[in-house]
Parts: sequence; C-alpha cells; structure tokens
Amino acid sequence: MLTIKEYVKVKSLEEAYELNQKRTNHILGGMLMLRLGSRNIQKAIDLSGLGLDSIEEETLEFRIGCMTTLRALETHEGLNAYTGGAVRESLRHIVGVQFRNLATVGGSIFGRFGFSDVLTMFLGLDTYVELYKGGILPLEEFAKKKRDTDILVRLIVKKTPVKAAYQSFRLTRTDFPVLALMASCLDGEWRCAVGARPGRAIVVRDQDGILKESGNQAEIERFAAYVKEKTPTGTNMRASAEYRSHLVQVLAKRAVEQAGG
Amino acid sequence: MRVVNQPVMKKDAMALVTGKPVFMDDLVPEGALLIKVKRSPHAHALIEEIDVSRALKIPGIEAVYTYKDVPNLRFTMAGQTYPEPSPYDRLILDRHLRFVGDAVAIVAGTDEKAVEKAMRLIKVRYQILEPILDFHEAKDNPILIHPEENWEAKCPVGADNHRNLCASDVSGHGDIEKVLSECDEVVEHTYHVKANQQAMMETFRTYAFMDTYGRLNLFSSTQIVFHVRRIIANALGIPKSKVRVSKPRIGGGFGAKQTVVAEIYPAFVTWKTGKPSKIIYTREESQIASSPRHEMEVTVRVGAMKDGRIRGIDLYTLSNTGAYGEHGPTTVGLSGHKSISLYGRLEAHRFAYDVVYTNRMSAGAYRGYGATQGIFAVESAVNELADRLHMDPVALREKNMVKEGEIMPSYYNEKNTSCALDRCMARAKAMMGWNEKFPKREMGNGKVRSVGVAMAMQGSGISGVDVGSASVKLNDEGFYVLRIGAADMGTGCDTILAQMAAECLDCDYQEITVFGADTDASPYDSGSYASSTTFVTGQAVVKACTELKQRIRKKASQLLELPEEDLEFDGKRVWDPASGKEVSLAQIATSSMSGNDLAFEVTESHSSPTSPPPFMVGMVEIEVDKETGKVEILDYVAVVDCGTPVNPNLARVQTEGGIAQGIGMALYENIQYNEKGKLRNNSLMQYKIPTRQDVGRLRVEFESSYEESGPFGAKSIGEIVINTPSPALAHAVHNATGVWIRELPITPEKILKGMMEHGH
Amino acid sequence: MEIKLELNGKALKAEIEPDLFLLDFLRSVGMKSVKRGCDTSNCGLCTVFVDDKPVLSCSMLAARADGHKVTTLEGLQAEAEEFGAFVGNQGAEQCGFCNPGFMMNAIAMFRENPDPTDEEILEYLSGNLCRCSGYEGQLRAIKAYLAFRKEEVAE
Repeated sequence: MLTIKEYVKVKSLEEAYELNQKRTNHILGGMLMLRLGSRNIQKAIDLSGLGLDSIEEETLEFRIGCMTTLRALETHEGLNAYTGGAVRESLRHIVGVQFRNLATVGGSIFGRFGFSDVLTMFLGLDTYVELYKGGILPLEEFAKKKRDTDILVRLIVKKTPVKAAYQSFRLTRTDFPVLALMASCLDGEWRCAVGARPGRAIVVRDQDGILKESGNQAEIERFAAYVKEKTPTGTNMRASAEYRSHLVQVLAKRAVEQAGG
Repeated sequence: MRVVNQPVMKKDAMALVTGKPVFMDDLVPEGALLIKVKRSPHAHALIEEIDVSRALKIPGIEAVYTYKDVPNLRFTMAGQTYPEPSPYDRLILDRHLRFVGDAVAIVAGTDEKAVEKAMRLIKVRYQILEPILDFHEAKDNPILIHPEENWEAKCPVGADNHRNLCASDVSGHGDIEKVLSECDEVVEHTYHVKANQQAMMETFRTYAFMDTYGRLNLFSSTQIVFHVRRIIANALGIPKSKVRVSKPRIGGGFGAKQTVVAEIYPAFVTWKTGKPSKIIYTREESQIASSPRHEMEVTVRVGAMKDGRIRGIDLYTLSNTGAYGEHGPTTVGLSGHKSISLYGRLEAHRFAYDVVYTNRMSAGAYRGYGATQGIFAVESAVNELADRLHMDPVALREKNMVKEGEIMPSYYNEKNTSCALDRCMARAKAMMGWNEKFPKREMGNGKVRSVGVAMAMQGSGISGVDVGSASVKLNDEGFYVLRIGAADMGTGCDTILAQMAAECLDCDYQEITVFGADTDASPYDSGSYASSTTFVTGQAVVKACTELKQRIRKKASQLLELPEEDLEFDGKRVWDPASGKEVSLAQIATSSMSGNDLAFEVTESHSSPTSPPPFMVGMVEIEVDKETGKVEILDYVAVVDCGTPVNPNLARVQTEGGIAQGIGMALYENIQYNEKGKLRNNSLMQYKIPTRQDVGRLRVEFESSYEESGPFGAKSIGEIVINTPSPALAHAVHNATGVWIRELPITPEKILKGMMEHGH
Repeated sequence: MEIKLELNGKALKAEIEPDLFLLDFLRSVGMKSVKRGCDTSNCGLCTVFVDDKPVLSCSMLAARADGHKVTTLEGLQAEAEEFGAFVGNQGAEQCGFCNPGFMMNAIAMFRENPDPTDEEILEYLSGNLCRCSGYEGQLRAIKAYLAFRKEEVAE
C-alpha cells in the first residue's frame, strides 16, 4: 500500500529539485507504476502546475514536457508525420486509452523500465533529455545511468531525417511486450533499439555498415541476424531468452523492411 | 410460445448500464469494520509462535484472531448439497499452513491503514515444512498435507488423507483392454490443463451484521445462499437458525462464488464482536487464495478401426485439488463422464481417476467443472486419431458421435433424450466453410490459415440431487412476485425465470417481479451452479405457476358463481365463454385481500432424476505467423443445442462469453508458480485474460432439440460453452504447423519450438 | 488537505488525505458507479472523465483533481440510458460490474470519434475488460447505436 504524508504541487522546478533531494520524498509522474509499490512517501512532488504537459514543435526539434501524457504523444500529428506513425504504433498497445491519458513521458523515461515501449521508441530517434541540473544529454546515455535525484524536465527530439518503424511482440494485444523494437535510419545510419529483452532497452547500431540507406533483402536479413547477435536477452514469465533472441531477428527484419530499408 | 424463446431485455439491464448502486459494496452502510487476512508466505509450514500484541495496540484495531481463537471444527467451503462429497478438511484458521496465501490471522479495524499496519506487526515464527508442489508426486508421498485426526470424508469418494488422496475411483463398461487390442489404431496421449483463474470483475466480498433478533446476517456476493448458511453455521458451531444469508446483484460468478471463499471471515468477526464487518478481496487475493479450475492431467487412449469406427476410450485423470478438497471429488467425474459420452456405441470404456492434495491454492468450481479438462483431452485425441487415420475429423465425428435415443454407459447409463449434435455439426460446417478451409491454406507471406473442430457436452443440473424451488404470489392489481433461491450472477436467470412465469400466466414478463435470494424469504434452492437454474428451477417455476392459475380460476368460480371447469384464464381475466361473464385478475387479486381463505401464493420444488446434456460444436479459423508462432483468431463458429433457448439473446451472450473465456485459457492465461510454490500471476497485469482485441470474431447459432423433461423444452447453456476452444484451437494449430500442443496455454513460443523440432 | 473540484457539474469542496485515490474519493461522495476491478490499472472499471478525458480513477490521486472537472456515470445519465438501451437489447450487460467503466469510455469514444471502424472501436475500448460477455454483444450494441445516431442525423 502506497502512503503519502503530504502532497506538494510545486511552483518551480527549483522547489521540486530541493524537495527531491530527500530520499523519502518522491516526484509523481502518471503514478501508474508508483502506486503498485508499498512506498511510504513523506512529500509527493507534483510538477503538473509547471506547464510541462505539452509538445512544442519547432523547426529543428520537438520539445516534449515531462508531464505530457502518452495519449498526447500518440495522437500528435507532427511526431507521427515525422516518424511515419512509429510513435503511435509504439504507444497504442499500452493497456488502454484511460491508462495512456494518465501515464506521462517523464514517468516512463525516468523509470527506465525494461518493458518500456516509450524508451525503446525514443531510443530509435535522435532524442535528448533535459535534466534540471544535469543539462542536456543523449537519451541513450541517460538510459544507462542509475536513478538519481535530478529532475527530467523534457525530452528533445531532433528532426534529423529519419526512416523508422516500430514493432512489438505481445502475447495479448495490450500486455507488456515480449519484445519491443524500433528500427530507424538516422542520417543514413541504421540502428535498432531493442526493449523488453526483458532488460532495459539498448541500441544496436549498424557499425559494420551492413545496410545502406536502402538495403536489399539479403542485407536486411544479415543486419537482422547482426542485431540478434548483439542483443543480450533473458528469460521471464512471458518468454525464454532463446525465443526472445529469435524475435529480435524477426522483428528487426520486419521493422527495417517496414521503415523502407 | 409468446414470451419464452423471445430475446427480451434483462430485467436489471437499465440499472446496470446506468451504473446504479446495486452491488454489495454499493449498498452496505458506512462504518463497518474492515477485515483483512494475513496470509502465509510459505507453501507448507506450521505456526510455531504467533504474537498479535503489537498489532492490537494500533489505534482503530478491533480484533486480531489466530488459530487459537477458532473452533476446532473441520468443514468444507464447497457449496454443495449436504452431505458434501468434498472432505471436511478446513478450519477457519489453522496452525498448519498448506499454501502460499493460506490464512494466518484475521485482522479487523476501522480503517484500511490501521488494518494494514496491524497485519505487518503480527509476529509469526514458522516451522517451514517441505512442500509437495508437483502433483505427480503427491499420492502416497510421506509428506502429508492433511495428517489431522479430525479430517473427514462424509461420502465414499475414495478419499484417504494418509495417502494425500481427496478422491479415487474406477468405472467403465466392457473389456477395454481387449477392445483396444483389437483396434487398428490406438492413440494415446496426456493432456494438461492448468488451474485457470475465474477472474470475474467483482472480487469476493461479504458484509456481516447482527440483526434485531441476534442473528448473524450475511450479505454476500454468492451463488449459493443456502449452502453458505449451512457452511457458516458448521464452521462457527452455531445453529443454522442463527444465520441468514442474502445476496444483491453479483459481479460475475462462473462458479467462483459457489465456494465460501470470503464469507467466513466477516461471519466470524461479527459473531465474535457483535459489530458489522466487511471483507473486500483484493485482486491479488482473488488470484492467489480463491477457487480456480482444478489442474488436471488427462491421459486418453482412443481405439478405432481403419474405417473410423471408434470402439473404445480409456481415460485416466490426475486432478490437483491443492491444499483443500473443495469440489475435488466431483469435478474429476465430469472429466470422463462428459467427454467419453460424446461418442456413442462404444464397445467398452474405462474411466479412472485420482484427486490429490498438494501445497498449492485449493481449487474450486469453475465453469465446465472438469468437463472442460476432459473434453480438451478427448477431443484432441480424436483429432489426433483422425490425423493418423487420414480422415476428415468432421467425418470421423459424424460417424461416431452420440445420437438421440442412445443409452450412454459413461453417463450414468442415462438415455440421450434430446440431441441435435448432428445438426450442430452440419450447421457449423456450413458456417465455417469447412470443406474449403480444412486443413489449411498457405497465405504466401509467412502466414498460414487453418481450421480446427471440437464437440462438447455438459449436464443440466445434478441428477437426483439439485433442488430448484419457486414461490409465485398474486398481488394488488394482479402483478406477481416470483421468489427464488437461485442466483442471477449476470446470466439473466431472474429474467428467464420471469419469462417462464409470464408464459404460464399469460402476461408480460415485466409484470413478474423477481426476488432472490435470501435464506429467510426464498424457497429452498441448491443455488445457481452445475448448469441447473434454467432446467431445474425453471421447472419449479412452471409447476408453481400452473398451480397458481388453478387457484385463480377457483377464486373466479366463487366470485362468478360458475363451475370452475367452464372458466378460462387469459392472463387479464377469468371468463366463461358461454355466458361472457368475467372477472378481472385485478378484481381477483383485490378479493384475495378481503375475507379470503385461499392463499394466492404457491411454492413448488423440482428435482430431476436425469441431467439431459446440452451439446455443441465449435469450429475455429486461425492465422499462424510461422516466423513467430503467433496465433490470430479470425473466426469462431459455435452451434449449440441447449434445447429451447429461453432467451436467445442471453443464450447467445452466454455462448460468446464462454467462448472468450475458453479462448483465454487456450491461448493466454498461463498459471505459473515459482520454485517455492508462490503463484506469480497474482494480478490482471500478470494474468492476461483476453481483451476485446484478443478473441476474434465470434458467431453463434442454435440448433435446438426439445427436452421433454425441461421447462418448455430447455436444457442448459451456462457451462458447456467454455469447452470447445482449447481442443479446437489446438487442432487448428496442428493443421497449420504440424505441431500438437498438449499443455495449455498454447503459446507462440511452444508452437515455434514445436515447428523447429519438426524441422519446419 | 482541501480540494475544490467540479463534480458532475456541481462545485464540491472536500477535506481529503493526500494519498486518497480519486476512485475512493468518488465512492465516498456517493458516486457508486465507479468500481474497482483490479489494483494494477488494467481493467478499466474505474474510468471517469477528468476535464472530459477518460482516465483510471484508481491510479490518480484525488489531490490532483483539485481545480478540475470530474465526470462520472452519475453525471451522464441521459447518455447512459440512450446508449445503454442498445447494450441491454443485446443482453450484453451481463453481470454489469464492468458496465460503468465501459459506458464511460464508450461515451468518450463517441465524442472523440463519432464514426469509428470496428478496428477503432476494439482498440479504443481494449482497456475495458469484461469477463462475462465475450465482447461481441457490446460491439453489436455499439454498431447498432452508431447506426441509430446516423439515422437521427439524417432525419
């Protein structure tokens, strides 16, 4: 059972940051994961009064406030136009509309959950996180870091030319993914972000240059095998490591094909 | 028929769709003590020491109870007719803990936070015992789940607590070994069904209070008010006269609420404290400590000749009742009786079983009740037989299926009095386009489409045991009240019983008010389970209404001063066609309330010596992704013979709902325990029941026989409908991939692994 | 702490605990249509509108409803009756326990997408679990209701 002694709707990021330095205090995202635990929180810090709940599309980038809901992302025309619908595809299987109207981008990314479709998808784009104290750093770097007491203010997605496609494999349509994969070609270089391995998502880049901007079928198959080889997988309730590795290859192939590889 | 066989709206429909407060927790007053149960973290342990002193000091805590506080009276939580076949193997709280989730202590307090805190402050020292987690190892294991002296089996079911046996039996006819030895083909395989959870949307819950007369009142989400009364009185060691049980609307049952899962806790707290109390199970408790399906492993041998004539079926079921024996001795029976009997004219059959205790959650009564497990095995084996014989599995069934008029040796030697199974098969075949689609079609993109088939049967009530009753009363202005002890758990029984009454009494079904169920006010009814309500209670309604009509005419004869036999009743009036003289029903009703000595209330009971089976055929078309093993359901066709569908809409939705649950157990719902015996699927996050995107398209039709012993020719519908998806899907998967999956659920990983082993 | 919100069109002020969830708050002020079916945000039974968007009230703090507009099925009785009759005409309400959440989200869908395809219906409502009906009857009801509304518009 989650208990909260005090609820603080902060007036500034500085206030939030200061409160968040205490271990017993906690920043609220959409609360969908937080509520599952039995944490005793002294002060629950709510950022929802700071205007961080929207997506700003600028010429060179998207700026996505940490309190933006997954539903807002899913239905954002600019993001979907930019990614060829990969954003929507990565989100529409997450539980249900009512869930996605609560879950926040900040909560999903900051939690760095292994099963996260959101993290997987953004790792396939040219994405940065803006931390209140830590400044701007690539999402990939952030994803590898341990949790700390900084505040994730927003995501920044650069409008680097991209071809992208998102694939996930699920046992039921709205379950956690057994495997999640975003294939993308950013500035001519292919990569696959692979999530739900079941560990935290990682990025596999085509460092050997197997695939050109658009590869033939044999190259795509070789690249898929390469991604499989480079992706460590594990076993959990939903599938074995062996099956997951098989899926990495299948989904990598399909995603690259779909993205127009 | 005017009202029966019409798709009328359920009487409670508008209240439900507009969200009116009609469920237990919507209705109970504020201020009841809140109860939670502290549960065992160990699969097998003894409580060496338990200290509740710190818990009792928490402000708001009213009481904390342990095994030291409860009567040493063993009882069963199974809601069955007395004497229950399920052994008396439970205490309210026991020192001996038998599964992860078994009750250690009961905590009652004024608010949830206090109760949660008190639970954490109860100090327990456990002596951890070695558990039996694998049900293959249970029988005759030196570790005993129920070593206690006062364990008792009230019925001769072959139970022996010193062998971990909850039940055991062998039955049959003919010389099965000889017949199978003469067969051209004998298919033998073992099929495994896990302990699926019922996952009704409303978890278990009960409210208890003491009434004006010092009686314990339970207001509970239950299918079985009368059994609850008896079980609670037995457990508390108090007279039955001290207990009253009633139910509001129930948020889903499926058999889950045919076991006294939660009632005992508030009953005990309120009896001890005199204060109102309630328990609302969390979803986790509903998942880990309730009444799921019995895990069964069914080994089938089916023998046939080259021409497809099936001559004998031999079946052995190993059933896992878990820590306690609720419904253990009875569910297992259906795994043979309601699977083997699908095939007529067998020269021999044998049906043997063992039901064993293990250190897992106790099982209960889940829709299908053993038939589901047996039918998965037998129907899969018959599909495997067809494959071996290179025969169309539909043709094989057409040749062997049980026919109307045949005696069924594996079904208590009952005669098959009404059966349209052959028409169900023909219709399903046409709806599916079986001949064009069997066995598969390559789609050319790594996808293959295939079809699968299965038949099913069930019963209609428990023959010679179930009692259905109905009281019907005439009131002011001529409206009726129908009182029943059966329980509408969403199925619509209040409505279909009202339809039957309206048919008998020549009125609109909305003129029948239905009341149920309350042990003080309802006539005795075993309760709503075993597919009994339409067939058994329905017949009681017909009897009661028929008698009430007689009385209405009798009264009219007094009022009109005409001989009764000249009079006719048309629902609105009683009249004499010869003279045209008439008296309205309203006048009769009014006169019944002044200077009258004829009761306008009739109670009738009904019990049936037979249990006529409904039948059905299910066919599924799937698409398999050969690269991942993923199965997509494209189309599910079901044709059902439930006798006369009393309400075709409700019968259809019952069928669709049963198929969706069946699809869930076949493809998705994967019960997984860790090595210490803890259930990992303890939430709807980890136990995946199907969403509306996971069931495909469902198409249902009826091919009705007419059952003479049922009301208006009706049989039953509630349970049979869950039985076809598992075997039909396993069959379709085989037809697509060449892989037979014999353990549920049929996951993509199992399929892919099978394909790789087969070199596909 | 004190919160002020608009509940079903009426202003409401209440004193609450900071860890009270909106679901429990709403039930405590008499909105009994709001149901709890799981504890893990999976079932959709507790769906209500916050600022006209469907959300899971089991997962949102009541504190966060401060200053917002909250709608439950009690506040949408006319719509519930109109569409609900179509559900009842299929017998698809069954036990009824999941109905309020389903009705809420269906109403949200009708507002957001008045002319959905079957696929869109299934996707929009996939966060509403039902264990009784098999969903098919609910789909029939939705399609019949949409057809009825189209006819109404045409007339």
